[in-house]
Amino acid sequence: MDLVQLQRQLVEYRTSLYHEGFLDEQYTQLQELQDENNPDFVVEVVSLFFEDSERLLNELTKALEQQSIDFKRVDAHVHQLKGSSSSIGAQRVQKVCIAFRNYCEEQNVEGCLKCLQQVRHEYSLVKTKLESMFQLEQQILSAGGSIPM
Amino acid sequence: MEAAAAADVLPSGSSQELHVLAVDDSYVDRKVIEKLLKISSCKVTAVESGARALQFLGLDGEKGSLGFDGLKVNLIMTDYSMPGMTGYELLKKIKRSSAFREIPVVIMSSENILTRIDSCLEEGAEEFLVKPVKLSDVRRLMKDCVMRGETEGNNAGRRVDKRKFEDDNHTSSLSSSSSLTPSPPSTTAPFGGDVATSELVSSSPPHSSKRAKLHDGD
Repeated sequence: MDLVQLQRQLVEYRTSLYHEGFLDEQYTQLQELQDENNPDFVVEVVSLFFEDSERLLNELTKALEQQSIDFKRVDAHVHQLKGSSSSIGAQRVQKVCIAFRNYCEEQNVEGCLKCLQQVRHEYSLVKTKLESMFQLEQQILSAGGSIPM
Repeated sequence: MEAAAAADVLPSGSSQELHVLAVDDSYVDRKVIEKLLKISSCKVTAVESGARALQFLGLDGEKGSLGFDGLKVNLIMTDYSMPGMTGYELLKKIKRSSAFREIPVVIMSSENILTRIDSCLEEGAEEFLVKPVKLSDVRRLMKDCVMRGETEGNNAGRRVDKRKFEDDNHTSSLSSSSSLTPSPPSTTAPFGGDVATSELVSSSPPHSSKRAKLHDGD
C-alpha cells in the first residue's frame, strides 16, 4: 500500500473512531499537544492509560469478588478509571464508568458486576483500536510520510 | 497550533518563566498537565500527593517557597479528589500559611459540584477547573497569573481585573468562624463586612458557573 493510501486509511479509521464514540475531542487535544520535541507524547499518555486501566480492572475484579463488598473502594477505583479515560478521550469507557458509579452508590452488586463486564469490554475495544491506529501511524512514518491531522 | 507562551504576555525584557507545581494522584493526568504547562512555557514540578506538595514547598517544616532547586513557585494546580490529603485540604494549608498564602491555587476536578466549587473558592482558590483540563484553560490561567504578578507591586497583593467576583475581599475578611459561609454573590459588592448568610447558603451563586470552567466551548 502506498503512502497516500496509508494516510487516507488512517484518516478514515480515526474519523470512524470519533463517529462511533470511541474517542472524543479530548483525544484531539492530546494530538495537538504533540510536537517535534515530544513526538511520542500521545503514545506515551495512552500507554500510561493502558497500564493504569489494567491495574484498576484487576482491583475492581478483586473488590467485587469479596464476600462483603466495599462499595466505597469499588467506587474509588471506578472514579480513577473514569478520570483517566476522560483525560485521553476514551469516551465509551468513561460512559460505562458513570453508570458503574451509580450502581456503587446504590450498592447494587448485580449492576456493578454487569458494569465491570461492560467496562472490560469497552476498554479492550478501545485498546485494540488505538493500537491499530498507532500501527498505521508507524507505517506512515516509516514510509517517510507525516501523520495527517 | 501556536502555543500561548507565558513569555508572550510578560513585558519585554522579562525572561522569567512561571514555575507551576502540579499535584495529581493520576499518572495520566500528571503527564497531560505537565505537557500543557510546558507547551505554555512554564517550568513544571509534578507531584503525586498533597503531602509531597507540602514537602516541596517546605511547608513541612523547612524554609520558604523555594523548592529543592531554589525555584519560587508561582502557581499551584491541584486535583481535588486525591487519597490522603484532598486538594481542598491542601488549599487550606497553603492559604493558612503566612509564607505561601499569596501563591494562587487552582483546583481541578472531574466533578462539577456546586458546593465543592463554592468551598474551594471560599478558601481562596483562584479558579476551579473542570477536567479534563484543556490548553485554553491553561492559557487563560497564564494570563491571569501574570497580570496578577504585574500589579502585585503596586497594589499590595490585591487582585485586579479579570476577577469574576466584584468583591475580592473574601480572603482577607473571612474570619475562621465564617469559613463555612459562602461569599456573597457578586451583586452585593462592595463587601460591607456583614455576611448575611442564611439566605445566601441555598442560593446558587451565579459566579460559580463562570469560575468553574465548564465545557461550553471556547
